[in-house]
Amino acid sequence: MEALTTFAQLLVGGVLTGLVFALVAVGLTLVYGVMDVVNFAHGEFLMLAMYATLGLALLGLGPLLGLPLAVIAMFLFGIIVYRVFVRRLLAGPPEATVFGTFGLLVLMQGLAQAVFSSDFLSVPSPPFAGTIRFAGLPVSQASVVEGCGALILTALLFAFVEYTETGRAMRAVAEDRIAATLMGIDVQRINGLAFGIGAACVGAAGGLLMLSYPVYPTAGVPFALTAFVVVALGGFGSISGALVAALLVGMLEVFGGFYLSPELKLVPVYLAYLVVVLVRPQGLLGRR
Amino acid sequence: MLARRLALALATALTLTALPLAPTGAADPPDIVIGSVLPLTGASAQTGAALRTAQLLAQDLVNGHVSYPLPMVGKSGLPHLGHARIKLVFADSQGKPDQARAAAEQLITQEHAVALIGCYTSSTTATASQVAERYGIPFLNPDSSAPSLTTRGLKWFFRTTPSDATFADNFFQFFGDLKRTKKIDVKKIAIVGEDGLFGAGAGDAEEQLAKKYGYTIVSRIAYTATTTEVNAEVQKVKAAAPDVIMMASYLPDALLFMRGFKDQSVQPQAIMAQDAGFIDPNFVRTEGKDAEGIFTREVFSLDIKHRNHAVPLINQLFELRFSGKPLDGNTARDFMGVLVLADALDRAGSTKPDAIRTALQKTNIPGNLTLMPWKNIQFDASGQNQGGSGIIEQIQDGKYETVWPFDVAVSAPIWPMPAWKH
Repeated sequence: MEALTTFAQLLVGGVLTGLVFALVAVGLTLVYGVMDVVNFAHGEFLMLAMYATLGLALLGLGPLLGLPLAVIAMFLFGIIVYRVFVRRLLAGPPEATVFGTFGLLVLMQGLAQAVFSSDFLSVPSPPFAGTIRFAGLPVSQASVVEGCGALILTALLFAFVEYTETGRAMRAVAEDRIAATLMGIDVQRINGLAFGIGAACVGAAGGLLMLSYPVYPTAGVPFALTAFVVVALGGFGSISGALVAALLVGMLEVFGGFYLSPELKLVPVYLAYLVVVLVRPQGLLGRR
Repeated sequence: MLARRLALALATALTLTALPLAPTGAADPPDIVIGSVLPLTGASAQTGAALRTAQLLAQDLVNGHVSYPLPMVGKSGLPHLGHARIKLVFADSQGKPDQARAAAEQLITQEHAVALIGCYTSSTTATASQVAERYGIPFLNPDSSAPSLTTRGLKWFFRTTPSDATFADNFFQFFGDLKRTKKIDVKKIAIVGEDGLFGAGAGDAEEQLAKKYGYTIVSRIAYTATTTEVNAEVQKVKAAAPDVIMMASYLPDALLFMRGFKDQSVQPQAIMAQDAGFIDPNFVRTEGKDAEGIFTREVFSLDIKHRNHAVPLINQLFELRFSGKPLDGNTARDFMGVLVLADALDRAGSTKPDAIRTALQKTNIPGNLTLMPWKNIQFDASGQNQGGSGIIEQIQDGKYETVWPFDVAVSAPIWPMPAWKH
């Protein structure tokens, strides 16, 4: 009985962990899907969003009230970064975006350290600090809020890409850039929008993660690392794939940590990744 | 604006009038140069700046004539060296081991430092002290706690701060004292720590000591500090049902564990932490009521004023120089480090390396003449101060209160810790 309760508890923990991973991964996969660009600075966008959320919280706008503001701010930030920087990289050789966005990562971490110092900062007495019972199992309220946020965000993004005119244009750009241009789609605008939406997604993620995590200049790194695995596992560019892969990674990590050993909890995750890369290189739900 | 200009003018005027009062240079013996290697730039630059301020404050008090219950303070320099003044010269390690090596080399060969002090992080202290060893120059380390530093068999290396092994030992001494005075019996211990040098080192020391003192380790968990979730770890601890959980964590992971323990109602008698994340100001700010009852080791507390009334005075002087920030474990230890070197130099009556080394070996400063909770300062053959110890604090009403050792404690420990409030 006790073993069963533990199992159920781990299952719930794994699902909620997976949803947090999905929260960070969907923005990354969208940008890749549309532009074929892996944004190495994705974690740093998340870090910036966390600092923004903290700033708003200190101004009296709690993490959830500040959330829409953080999303809008990050959307604009994403568009500016695209216009000023990424657009130029796309004109160069394919490696340019790799080194360019990696450079952006270094720059943003350095700036954050100069401006905010390397101290850990967190929201004082954050909301949702309590525990609720879910089918008799204790669960942290913050994890539930983060999990719901991830589901809503993924659903919105999925609906946007599948069912709106702009979303269809994005898919067209993803499929064939030149053909899309010939069909009268403004590729630059679509790219900028995709980059902005990708950044807005981490804006939301940052807002929610401040419920449970402190921010510091490299706060985005652990999340971004998992997000890269999730995106590759789910299929580059696939939003539903990212969700499925994130849940899988969350559960493998939690179950691996308990039944193997905490030191080895990432082993099943990377093993699954290796198997998928070998057997199904396009990822679980990826095209081709 | 006007006020600031006025203040500036006043300060300048005061400095100018004060100058002639300072001893004139002509007849004075030359200053004695002590080289200090610190992380003045890089990720630890803020700490480096604080340590530099603390060391300079100690230098100025040694060279000055105002007396405090501290060794070598207020004697207008070093009496046995004709009242020569000590002069700290700083070199930047950037927090990097190879830079620390270069900095030590520069201080010895170009600045002709008679002794070195530094370097805060254990990895930089390791390389800089190797250079001092090669040149045969005494190296005093006031602030690095990796146990391995004093097991390298160096002849010229002296460390005033206790190492992590001593801090771990303090927990068990505390348990012993609790058993004797309050009949509290701890048996089962879970050790949870991040898997880097800090957490693994602390965990190893705790595991060894637990065996030595006859406690049972029911769980030993190592995790990566940058982890984003600790579900499995918390379940493992819960299954082990320990009396005490010993933690070595940074802030993000400390917060994850606290939330996990609370959600899963993991209710030990006590959680004992190796400072780090648990003494970060954000810990209490974030955890609020949930932080109540957590024990953590510390190296220093202003509560030590009850033993040495110099503590608040030095603290005030430090605050004046460091934009109002109080002394902490790092700055207090570095301040003491300079005094220990000054004491040895004076007793040596010479700036010859051998004489300084011999004097350092004979150091014996009673604990109540330091800012620290230590018994005394006296080095063993490995260069480790034998009298060092930490203190144990408990979060009570949102404040860190010293609860052990009992002779510097300001509050009685609350045991067991309060139950989680859901």
